[in-house]
Parts: sequence; structure tokens; C-alpha cells
Amino acid sequence: MSAAPQGKGFDCRNAYVETLEALAAEDPRIVAVVNDSVGSSKLNRFRDQFPERLVNVGIAEQNMVGVGAGLANGGKVPFVSGASCFLTGRALEQIKADIAYSNVNVKLCGISSGVAYGELGATHHSIEDLAWLRAMKGLTVIVPSDPWETAEAIRWAAGYDGPVFIRVSRMAVPALARPEGARFEAGKAEILRDGSDVAIIACGTLVHRALDAAEALAAEGISARVLNMATVSPIDREAIVAAAGTGAIVTAEEHVVRGGLGGAVAEVVVEERPVPMRVLGFPGFLETGSAEWLFERHGLTPAGIAAAARELIEKRS
Amino acid sequence: MGKAVATEEFVDARVADIRRRADWIRRQALTMAHRAKQGHPGGDMSCADILATLYSAVLRFDPANPQDPTRDRFVMSKGHCTGAFYSALAGAGYFPVADLETYLQPGSRLNGHPNRNYLPGVETNTGPLGHGLPVAVGMAVAGQIDAADFRVFALTGDGELQEGSMWEAAMFAGHRKLGNLTVIIDRNRLQQGAPTEDTNSLEPLADKWAAFGWEVADVDGHDPAALLELLSTPRGANGKPLCIIAHTIKGRGVSYMENQAGWHHGTPSDAQLAQAFAELDAELAA
Repeated sequence: MSAAPQGKGFDCRNAYVETLEALAAEDPRIVAVVNDSVGSSKLNRFRDQFPERLVNVGIAEQNMVGVGAGLANGGKVPFVSGASCFLTGRALEQIKADIAYSNVNVKLCGISSGVAYGELGATHHSIEDLAWLRAMKGLTVIVPSDPWETAEAIRWAAGYDGPVFIRVSRMAVPALARPEGARFEAGKAEILRDGSDVAIIACGTLVHRALDAAEALAAEGISARVLNMATVSPIDREAIVAAAGTGAIVTAEEHVVRGGLGGAVAEVVVEERPVPMRVLGFPGFLETGSAEWLFERHGLTPAGIAAAARELIEKRS
Repeated sequence: MGKAVATEEFVDARVADIRRRADWIRRQALTMAHRAKQGHPGGDMSCADILATLYSAVLRFDPANPQDPTRDRFVMSKGHCTGAFYSALAGAGYFPVADLETYLQPGSRLNGHPNRNYLPGVETNTGPLGHGLPVAVGMAVAGQIDAADFRVFALTGDGELQEGSMWEAAMFAGHRKLGNLTVIIDRNRLQQGAPTEDTNSLEPLADKWAAFGWEVADVDGHDPAALLELLSTPRGANGKPLCIIAHTIKGRGVSYMENQAGWHHGTPSDAQLAQAFAELDAELAA
């Protein structure tokens, strides 16, 4: 199903910019706002095609987000792009007051999210962003899993009237196999593989790893359901309750283990249908190492996910 | 040029009208703080003349169509001064004046800081300082891209200029030559607990804005004629943005509040409210 080997695959930034360029060609209201991040957001071609519609505020994230809100007020559909660590961390109060609380039509795109900047260290990792952002009601938070879903999410966001945060990965991911006619639906989990012994709920770069884990478990006779929970907020409560019906849930995300996807799933599980859970993610500020090395070290691998599922099943029996 | 006399009369009438509206805003704001037993009356009083000038003689808007794309935008960056701001909006016809009585009451649309989803006429939610100017800059950029003729005005506190985001926005507005943008600084020289110059000095303030690429004008922020002249002079969409340093007195119009940092927050007692009204009566009669 997800055959591309680790480290090879697609950089979702390409799907992001290609979709944005196509949308901008159709809709003159679309503008891009960046913090000196034309290159890292891969927006050079957008700038060349639509020079008037690329607003580069320089290295000033607070102003970037405020300017985005003002552009929306002026009738534009701004895609505010910057390294996720700076966009969300530096401008958190602007995201709260100017975007989410004001409820304006701005699309925030967190580029090179998670631990993509591995060796650059914890200042450049964006693994607290889901916890920060999903606390803000009204802000839709999407973590696409592959190029197709990135493109679909961007297209959906452009047509939706309201604030959206999309986490765009630069870490290579395979294109996931999907049934013919599959479509992205914000707020809805996608069942990529059905199963009855345990459910693995993942988002972003962990989805293909979850599928590989399910494949390994199947070889042992364990039937694992795999849910792609691309929309972390608002979360698909129904799908989680149904997943709890398997009797155990493992969550996996490129985020700290506090307050992200795992936290969101746990909130529903304890209220609606308590079952044993394991939350897989990062413990906190991380050591020096490449993104791939950090994933390995902290068990965010098919083997790590499968082991967590096995443990839960053993504990239950 | 017989017309000149008529124009002067017209301006005089307009200025007299602004004075009456500023007086009305002051009375409403004081009454609101008195009734709610909360508020920011010092800052309300210092910006009353500026708001009255904007809403009665400068801004292009239609309260019946608050989202009109061609409207001028006004951003209340000093979002805590809702006593004056809500009074100006109600006076301009955005919502019933009677709603002012609900200020800060449970469930009221008149929150301590303005919320655009509650009230027409509010462009962006402010309150935390340093937010309004960047949003105003974005509005001005939108107008510049579209070659639209609307203008954008932001009213900021002076203490607020200690926030770094204000200077990020100021730098970018200068760079983009946002001639359609005007910032008005309510320069009352007092922040919450102390003079700005004792806390983290702003001076030389005009030089700072000029260095950021802005045209700078100093004005008496309690002189409607001077404010009107500055604010109503047409400006192109491309050129230096305009920074008006409006020299004001915190608490202006109420003797016991004037230049008193303690009246940043505060609630006038019954007797204090009566005294304030008597002083405003005297000023209006003068």
C-alpha cells in the first residue's frame, strides 16, 4: 500500500505550491503572504507569475499574520506561509486574536512542520503547534498525509470561508493508495484499512507508517484498523467512538505526546467509550539528529507502532 | 472668491458639530464606566475628539452596509478604550445608543474589548496591544493591490508603541509606501501606571516614524479644526503613509482625571460623575 521506502517519496510543499498557483490563476483574490520565506515555501514561481500578489513582509511573523487578517478584510484570500515553528510560535497571539477570535478568512500554512529541520534543533522544530492551535475554537487544523491530500486540503481551504491552519510537510512521504473517486472531507477521518482488533489513528507523516504497521500486524494475525485523522480540529468524534469499538487505540503523530492528536482522541475516548490507549509522539525538546533519526529514536516507525498495538492487545487479554 | 467666507462658515459649523459629538462621547463613556463600575475612562477622554472628528467628518462609511467593500477602514488599535469607541459607533448609527447601557453586562455584545463578530463597525478584534496596526497595514496593502480608493485609519495608544509588532508594521508600511494609510497616535504620555518616558521612552517619536518612511505631523489632539484639516486632506494610494502624533491629555475634560495615571482604569462615583458633567457643561457653554 505504501511501498516507497523511508526517506524517499514526495515533498508536500510541491503539491502545496502547484495547487496554490492553479487556484490563483482562477481566483484573483488569492494572495500569498510570507516572512522572507519565498524560497523555503517554494513560492518563487508564484512570485514570478503573480508579482503583485506575493506580499513579503520580511522577517516579521507577528506583522505577517496581522497583515494576512487585513488582506482578508480587504476581500483577499490570503495564504500566509512560513516555517511552522515561527508562524505558530512567534505569532501565536496574532493567530488567536486577529485570525481565530476575529474569525477571518485567512489560510495559515505551516511549512517544514514537525521535525523536518531535524539537526537545527528544538527552536526549529514545530511539535507543539497542534496543541496550541487546536485549543482555538473556530480554527480548522489540518495535517495532510501525502501530496494528494495536501493539494485537496489547499483546494478545500481556498473555497471555505473561515480560518484554517494547514501543516505542510517537507519530509518525504509516499503517495498513499486510495480508492477511485476518493475525496477529501474536512473534519472527517478516512478509514484507509479496516480492522477489528485495534485501531491506529495517525495524521501527516505517520499515516504511511501506520499502514506499514498494520501490514506487519496482519502477518501475525492481528487485524488493525488504520484511520487517517487529517483534521485534528474539529475532530471526527464519531470515527473515534467507532474506533474504540475495536477495544484499543494507538495514536501516532509528529508532535509532542501532550495536547496533539493523541490528546484530542483521548478527550473523546474518555468521555464516550473508554478503552486502553497508547499515544505515540515525541517526549519534548529533542536531541540533535536528522528527522529520520528522531523518528527512529522515538519509536515513530512501523515497528514502534506495531509494538504499541501488540502491547495494548496483550494487556487487554 | 466670495466662496471663501461660506467655506469658513461651513468649516466652523462642522467643527462646532465635532465638539458637540466629542462631548457626547465623553458623557456616554463616563456613564458607561460609572454604570459598569469598570472601564478605561482616562484613555476614553483623551481620544474622544479624534473619534468624533473621524466619525462625523472624515470616514466614508454606511452603517446600514457595514461590509461595503468601498468603505474606509478604521481600526481601534488601542482596543481597551471601548467606552469612547462604542459611543462613537453608536453615535454613527451602527447600533442603537440604548445598547450602550449593556456595556460589560453578562451576555452583552459590548465586551471590554471590541469583537467584530458581535458589533458592526468593528473591523478586527483588538485588546492585546500591538495588533491593530499590522491588520490596518494589511487592509492598506489590499487597497494598494486593487488600486482602490478607500483609506485606512488606525488609532493607537502611545504606550502601545512599546510593542515590537507596531514597528514591524510601521517599517513595512513605509517600505510599501502605503499612502492610503494614516496612523493617529493618542499621545497622552501616560501608560497604565506611569509616564511613557519614565517607563520605556518613546521620544524622539516623530523622528522614529520619519526614519521608518512616514510623513509625520504633530497636532493638538483636542483641536477638532486642526484634526479635521489633517485627516481630511486627500492622499494617494502610493506615497508615504501618514503618522499623526495627536498630543492629548489623558482624562481630558474631567479635571480630577486629567494627567492622572490612576484613571487609566477607574470608576467615577456618583458625585464624581456629577462633577464631570458639570465641567463638560461649562466647557460646552464656553
